[in-house]
Amino acid sequence: MSARSDVLIVGASAAGLATAESLRRRGFTGTVRLVGEEPHPPYDRPPLSKQVLLGTWDAGRTVLRPPADLACQGIEVLPGRRAVAVDTGRREVTLADGTRLGYGDLVLATGLTPRRLPAFEGVAGVHTLRTLDDVRRLRAALAAARRLAVIGAGVLGCEIAATGRALGLEVTVIDPAPVPMADRLGAGTGLRLAALHREHGVRLLTGTKAEAPVTAGGRVTAVVTSQGPVPADAVVIAVGSLPATDWLRGSGLPLDDGIVCDARCRAADHVYAAGDVARWWHPGQGRTVRLENRSNAAEQALAVADNILGADRAYTPVPYFWTDQHGVRVQIFGDPAAGDHLRVTEGDPDSGPFTAVAEAGGRPVGVIGWNSPRGARRARHLLTDA
Amino acid sequence: MVLRVEIDEPRCVAAGHCVTAAPEVFDQRDSDGVVVLLDAAPPAGERERVREAALLCPAAAILLHERDGA
Repeated sequence: MSARSDVLIVGASAAGLATAESLRRRGFTGTVRLVGEEPHPPYDRPPLSKQVLLGTWDAGRTVLRPPADLACQGIEVLPGRRAVAVDTGRREVTLADGTRLGYGDLVLATGLTPRRLPAFEGVAGVHTLRTLDDVRRLRAALAAARRLAVIGAGVLGCEIAATGRALGLEVTVIDPAPVPMADRLGAGTGLRLAALHREHGVRLLTGTKAEAPVTAGGRVTAVVTSQGPVPADAVVIAVGSLPATDWLRGSGLPLDDGIVCDARCRAADHVYAAGDVARWWHPGQGRTVRLENRSNAAEQALAVADNILGADRAYTPVPYFWTDQHGVRVQIFGDPAAGDHLRVTEGDPDSGPFTAVAEAGGRPVGVIGWNSPRGARRARHLLTDA
Repeated sequence: MVLRVEIDEPRCVAAGHCVTAAPEVFDQRDSDGVVVLLDAAPPAGERERVREAALLCPAAAILLHERDGA
C-alpha cells in the first residue's frame, strides 16, 4: 500500500464508483475522492439507449448511488469538475478551474468519448449518445422526428434503432460492414440479429458507407450514402468511441488506444486505470486488451482496489456483455470473433431461444445466449476450463 | 454484524454474475434469467461472496444493508 492513504479517482461513472466502493468494502479508511466531469451523481449508461430513450425510465432511475449513500461511505464526490493534467512526479492532478489535488494513489477511469464524423459536425438534428444530457437531447429530437437514420450497426447503433422502432419511427441503419456486430458476436449471431431487425421493420443498409448530410436551413434532411440518399430528420452517429485520454498527453503515462497498464492494471507507480479507458497486459492472452463493457467497469475496478491495497493480483476476466434489441436479450461471454465456428448447445437459432459456443481451432472462445440467460451462464465454465 | 440483501428486480439484466459469485444466495428465474434471492439474510460464511456479487452486478441491482447486532 501507498505510504499516503488517500486515493483520487478521476471519472465518476461505473468504474470510478466501483473502485471507490470496493476500497471501502475492503476496509480502506483513508480519503477517497471521486472527480467527475458531468454535473450528475454517478449514473449507469446501459439504460440510456434503451429504457431512458424509450421513456420507460426517467433519468433519475439511472443513478447508481444517491449522493447521501456516498457521503455515508465517506466517498467525497466532486461533480462538474474536469481534470486537465496529471503530474506523476508531484502526485498531483490539476482541474480545469486550476485546483490541484494531491494523491497517494490515482485511478484513471475517464471512459470514452464518441467517435465523430467531420462531415456531420455542427449540423442540427445530428446526435451522438454517451451521456445523460445526450439522451435528453436525442429524446426530444425523436419526439419531433418521423425518420431516424442511425450511422453504425454496432451494439449502440442497433439498440438505438430498436428503440426508434418502438417509438414508432421509420428507422434506417447504415454500416459499411456486411454483417452487423460480427466482430462482437460472431457472424452467425450477427446474421440472426440482422434478420431480427428486418422482421421489426428496420431498414438495414449493410455494406453501405454514410458519406455526408443533406441539409436545409442548417438542419439535416437526409444522409448521402454509397447506396443513394436516406431521408432523415434525425441522425445518430454511433460509429464507436475513443478512450478519453487527451488530457493525459504530456503526462508521461503510456497511451496507445487507452492507458497502457501492466497485468495489475498499473500504468505507473501509484497510478492505475479501470474500465473502458484501460488497456492492460492480459497474461493469459499474451497481449494487451481493452474492454468496452459495463461488466468490465465493475470487475476491473475490484482488481484495481485490491491492488491498491497490496493484493498484487493479475486481472484475467471472462469478458461479458449483453444487449437488448426488439425484446431479445443477447448475452456474450468471452470473445467470439467473426470467423468462429458456432456450435449450438441448446435451442434452435432459427426459431427461438438458443445457447451456442463459438469455437476457434476447436477451442471454445465465446458463449452466446439468445434469450437464454441460464443456458449462457451454465456454459460460461467452458471458457474458464479451456 | 447483520447483513440483509435486497433486490431491485426491474434493474436486473440477468447477467448471472451473482449466481457465479454466491450460488447459495442467488439463483436465476428460468423464463427471463432475472435474479431469485434464495437467502435475504445470509450466514456469516456467505457474506464475503455476497458483497462480491453486489460489487460485480453490472446493473447495481443488489442492495446490501449492513448493521451491527446479533
